[in-house]
Amino acid sequence: MQSWFPENVSTYGGDVDGIFWFIFYITTVWFFLTEGLILYFIFRYRRKPGQKAAYVRGDTLGQLAWVFVPVVIVAVLDFFIDLHGAEVWAKIKGQLPPADLVVRATGKQFNWEFTYPGPDGKFGTADDLQLDNELHVPVGKVVRVVLTSKDVIHSFFLPNLRLKQDVVPGREITAWFEVTKPGHYEIPCAELCGFGHSGMNGVLSAHTPEDYERWLKDKWPEK
Amino acid sequence: MTDAAVDPERTHHHKLGFWRTYVFSTDHKTIARQYLTLGLLWAIVGGLLTYSMRWQLAYPETEVPGWGFIAPDVYNALVTMHGTIMVFFVAMPILLAAFGNFLIPLMIGAQDMAFPRLNMLSFWVFATASVVLLSSFFVPGGAAAAGWTGYPPLSAKAEYTGVGWGMNLWLLALALEFASFLMGGVNFLTTTMNMRAPGMTFFRLPLIIWMELTAAVIFMLSVGPLIAGAVMLLMDRILGTTFYLPEGGGEPLLWQHLFWFFGHPEVYVLLLPGLGIVLEVITVFGRKPVFGYRTIIYSTIVAGFLSFIVWAHHQFVSGMDPRLAMPFSITTIIISVPFAIVIFAIIATLWRASITFATPMLFAVGALGVFIFGGLTGIFNGSAPVDIYVHDTYFVVAHFHYTLFSAVFFGGFAGIYFWFPKMFGRMMNEALGKIHFWFTFILFNSVFIPMHLVGLRGMMRRIANPMQYEFLKPLQPLNQFITLAAIVLLLSQIAFVINVFWSLAGRKAAERNPWQANTLEWSAESPPPHGNFATTPVVYRGPYEYSSPEAADDWLAQNQPLVTAKAARQ
Repeated sequence: MQSWFPENVSTYGGDVDGIFWFIFYITTVWFFLTEGLILYFIFRYRRKPGQKAAYVRGDTLGQLAWVFVPVVIVAVLDFFIDLHGAEVWAKIKGQLPPADLVVRATGKQFNWEFTYPGPDGKFGTADDLQLDNELHVPVGKVVRVVLTSKDVIHSFFLPNLRLKQDVVPGREITAWFEVTKPGHYEIPCAELCGFGHSGMNGVLSAHTPEDYERWLKDKWPEK
Repeated sequence: MTDAAVDPERTHHHKLGFWRTYVFSTDHKTIARQYLTLGLLWAIVGGLLTYSMRWQLAYPETEVPGWGFIAPDVYNALVTMHGTIMVFFVAMPILLAAFGNFLIPLMIGAQDMAFPRLNMLSFWVFATASVVLLSSFFVPGGAAAAGWTGYPPLSAKAEYTGVGWGMNLWLLALALEFASFLMGGVNFLTTTMNMRAPGMTFFRLPLIIWMELTAAVIFMLSVGPLIAGAVMLLMDRILGTTFYLPEGGGEPLLWQHLFWFFGHPEVYVLLLPGLGIVLEVITVFGRKPVFGYRTIIYSTIVAGFLSFIVWAHHQFVSGMDPRLAMPFSITTIIISVPFAIVIFAIIATLWRASITFATPMLFAVGALGVFIFGGLTGIFNGSAPVDIYVHDTYFVVAHFHYTLFSAVFFGGFAGIYFWFPKMFGRMMNEALGKIHFWFTFILFNSVFIPMHLVGLRGMMRRIANPMQYEFLKPLQPLNQFITLAAIVLLLSQIAFVINVFWSLAGRKAAERNPWQANTLEWSAESPPPHGNFATTPVVYRGPYEYSSPEAADDWLAQNQPLVTAKAARQ
């Protein structure tokens, strides 16, 4: 069943999938319960000659209990879904964990520009490095991405990390993630952004710590 | 309720000329038929757009047979116009305007709408909106291409999309459409408040009237902010203001709030009439009173209120303060309660009923089954953490097609097959109707169940070519299957078109009450003449007295005095 999703490679992706499956099991039960009941009723209560339907108006509390009791169960389950969901939401979008690496990502028609602060750790200095559609990070480290846009709204989407965040011009929005498995993962834009929207795509390269060191040395050799 | 509003034009059945009878008519039934016809014509346009879209997704970079090569910017226009057309030019005119206009006066026992000329104006403003929208396809730069939600800054500057006047005309068409439906809403409300037949209390109104009324109120209360928003967007485009452009201190998210403050209630504006039709049809073909009539009314009103405080669930990942997500997630999930009540009440209505499956009933039960699926997938979207992943993917597209297609098409077809005899005085063909239902039902699910899977694998909405992404390439066979099913789904609608023309041309005249239904419209002639009723009907009871122990038959019309029913039994 896990093949319904792309492989999860982030620390919180499992939590998102967990909520999904939690809702999935609840709704599947309701689906079969309600649709099964409908199917049963429409076969069981087909018109038969000489037989009238029951004159039940459902206007007494006793009868309405058949509606209200399931509805109360629905409401309670809803409550649990949100209770569960609130934790996961807070983990991903609430308080940001301390960052090991900060990268700026700028959306523009139709590219992602990634800017690294360089060895001095400061943006806007000479050792900054800008890459188009390439994001390199080490696995097992908390990465903060500061998202901005030069023109229209884009959406920073990492399917394998279960992360999505709209990128809004005029705002700085910070997202974070921690990759658990080295590899290359796509970063499509998920918000219609113009004629080149389809195909606006970047690649996240998650390196092992050693590979990441090598990549750093390659990019900032003077260090 | 009084005769004060009687218009001599309506009571004196003098012969009106061709123009006043068929074109510039003030008769609510003609206006309803006009809305229905125009809405169905738009449905053909909206449907044909999906053919090109789906072909492009299944076989990107190939020529669409009968259409040609689709450039990415054209694809964006197709997506935008499909959404705009289906929501504003198909669903609204059919569910709200056509059924509301036709049914409100007939079902409450009135001669016409309270403001017949306003009603006529409402249609012709809508027709103008249609012409404006249609013309936007042909201006240089093409039609609007910023999505049906028109998010700025993309929509606010021509250079971002390459669309110039197409976008302005899109805004103009929407503004005209809103004006039209505001006039309609005023009419719905005033007519139902003031022109009910003697004995027709509010708690004897058929549920579809309650639903149309609630929908009209929700629409009128929510559309104001969007009209203001649309004017600001137009000013950004034409006058160089910067309401939504950050370079001038504007705020792109403002539009999203204004749009969804209307946009989400709008979902219920479409859903409620659809549910209303399902209720009317199921009670008639189940020969059983609607279960929990008053409970359904209260739930509808509660849902109407709640619909105003859920909008930001469209914006969980929009960049708004993340602390807002959980409150809106909670209100979203709470709104499932009144709808669950209505759905359970409909299911309870089927319990111990005496069901016959004429075409309207098939579509009504189909609508119910499909809607439940869409309601359940909505819980995933309403959960903020799951939405982080599924937002703007095909999972969302599949979800809202389950809810809206069920209301608009399954519900709408149920209504058309059900009231066609009253609207046009002819019975529709049952065999063709059943073919139409089964093809539509099976193919609809064939299109949209796989679409959930495509969405869960991460496929984004509004991309023209999934083959540009490594992670989407394995989904291509599924995308091709969806396209194939969508094409057959479109083709199977031909059964409906044939049925309409075959029935209109046929001689199978409809009697007054072919379904033996209780509500007042069935006591008028088929089709009812100008003025509807020969004498104003008097109402003795609620609309759903089926299989009542007080009556010999399994139905008891609202305007049937009980004395005769008792006498009939002896």
